[in-house]
Amino acid sequence: MQASPEVTQFKGVWAYLEQSSGRFESVAYELLGKAQELSEKLSTNVTGVILGHNVSGLAEEAIQFGADQVLIADSPVLAQYTTEAFANTLGELAMQRKPEILLLGATHDGRDLAGRLAVRLNTGLTAHAVRVEIEHDTNLLVCGVPGFGGSIIAMCKCPKSRPQMATIRPGILPIPRRNPERKGTVEIVPVKQSEMRTKVVERSVKEGIDITKAEIVVVAGRGAESCLDAVRKLADSMGGVIGVTRPLADKGLMPRDHQVGSTGYAVSPKVAIVFGASGAAHFVSGIRDAKTVITVNKDPEAAIHDYADYSVVDDVSSLLPLLISKFGGISR
Amino acid sequence: MKVVPKTEEVRLDPTTKTLDRSKAENEINQPDKNALEMALQLKQKHGGDVVLLSMGPPFFEPYLRLGIAMGADDAILLSDRAFAGADTYPTSYTIATAVKKIGHFDLVMCGEESSDASTGQVPPGIAEWLGIPQVTYVSRIDIAGSTARAKRTIKGGYEVVEAPLPLLASIELGCNSPRFPDFRRKRWAEKEFKLTVWTSAELGVDPNKIGLKGSHTVVDELIELPKPFRKRERITGSSEEEALQVIHRIKEALSA
Repeated sequence: MQASPEVTQFKGVWAYLEQSSGRFESVAYELLGKAQELSEKLSTNVTGVILGHNVSGLAEEAIQFGADQVLIADSPVLAQYTTEAFANTLGELAMQRKPEILLLGATHDGRDLAGRLAVRLNTGLTAHAVRVEIEHDTNLLVCGVPGFGGSIIAMCKCPKSRPQMATIRPGILPIPRRNPERKGTVEIVPVKQSEMRTKVVERSVKEGIDITKAEIVVVAGRGAESCLDAVRKLADSMGGVIGVTRPLADKGLMPRDHQVGSTGYAVSPKVAIVFGASGAAHFVSGIRDAKTVITVNKDPEAAIHDYADYSVVDDVSSLLPLLISKFGGISR
Repeated sequence: MKVVPKTEEVRLDPTTKTLDRSKAENEINQPDKNALEMALQLKQKHGGDVVLLSMGPPFFEPYLRLGIAMGADDAILLSDRAFAGADTYPTSYTIATAVKKIGHFDLVMCGEESSDASTGQVPPGIAEWLGIPQVTYVSRIDIAGSTARAKRTIKGGYEVVEAPLPLLASIELGCNSPRFPDFRRKRWAEKEFKLTVWTSAELGVDPNKIGLKGSHTVVDELIELPKPFRKRERITGSSEEEALQVIHRIKEALSA
């Protein structure tokens, strides 16, 4: 791949700040924190890019969490995410302004957008990175990309093309501190109002829960499918959240925002209690950052026990009612 | 369609720091099976042909034949040394070039991501190369005339996106139950079916845009994430005693 002679013309770290209904996705804050860190190493600035409708109020929020400059594209065509409108808008901005790095959250919409944009911009994209660094001698962005269910990380770079694009897995990076004194510039950019081919005709969302921030996560695997209500009850009584393994989410037993694992969410609670999961690599990678893991599985040979601090070999359905009744009497 | 090694069976060679797939069994990427099943259901409803397209080495062939056994009408393997080492950019370019070569199409369907690299970037890339609309993380497609309605999983629920054909859809893992191959068709697929193979010359791709040469990203090194330290202590006793110990450990963890 021939090095583009204009590589040095690309400057600045951009963070695409995904929002919905006028509120930033959690990952937007995470990106701003990382963008600040990267821009310091590169002696450059952080630009937060916000696309939506009636979103100019978010500029101040972006600045307080780390943006030096905010670009706002505000238009009815951006009221709901569509690939076409968002790729056209963000793509045009990136082509005009030439950032050296463009970060997006690896949410469904973020990945949908990034995948298209990377081809449009003729550049490299690394997916759902869990590590993001600047290489000391080259100043290149290096991203750790998990593969094979999360157990193997590939350190990837985009040496010759710009912008260096990456989607970052939500819930991995810390949320930076708000600085109400921080100053920055805001620019409202024009948006082309062309005819869109796709449109969203129906949308059904329930207020999602963010299990990545919970202190207590109680997970139900296939072995606990028949006692899902009891698992939920236990989670509620502890002030924790319920998580499920992929098969249960596939069946629609719980919404996807509760799915724990490499294709779901990574959780980092103080304690994760896992009922009836066998210990597949895809799932286990989602709980690796839990401080304490307690597992219950009636199969003594189940792999999950190797990933636990404390494991119980017993029937999930007999243990759950006991836990619920005994925990109920204890205050946190 | 992509053929991938079974995830659990892939190891990282500690000395060479390269992937050791030698002991891993291969399989059709699971979401691709869901995509194929959806394609077959749409064919049953609306007619048309289902063509499997895959970029990979010759060992992909028997898996494509399996897809034919499930009910696909044709299969094309894009196979050439020049395609090797491709990241998602040349991969999507190569596959899009093949779609253009096939000619008329209404739907391009892909699994949402592959279980090896799991980037999920190839489907949107293909859509961009073809200049067609895309809908990702689709669990259901309904077609009326030349318009499709795709149900798409989003955070907290779903949305229904309406788009004109031709359309690219990436299909969610687990959204349907892929059918078993028909026994008689399987024999025919293995023994008689003529699989098409296109090399880079036959495909007419730009040699600078394929394989390692066409890749924008490079993999510096592979790291096996160290397993987090776990105490691996067994809690034993009667169910009552176990429950009390579990609660004790939970409280301990919370106060840490």
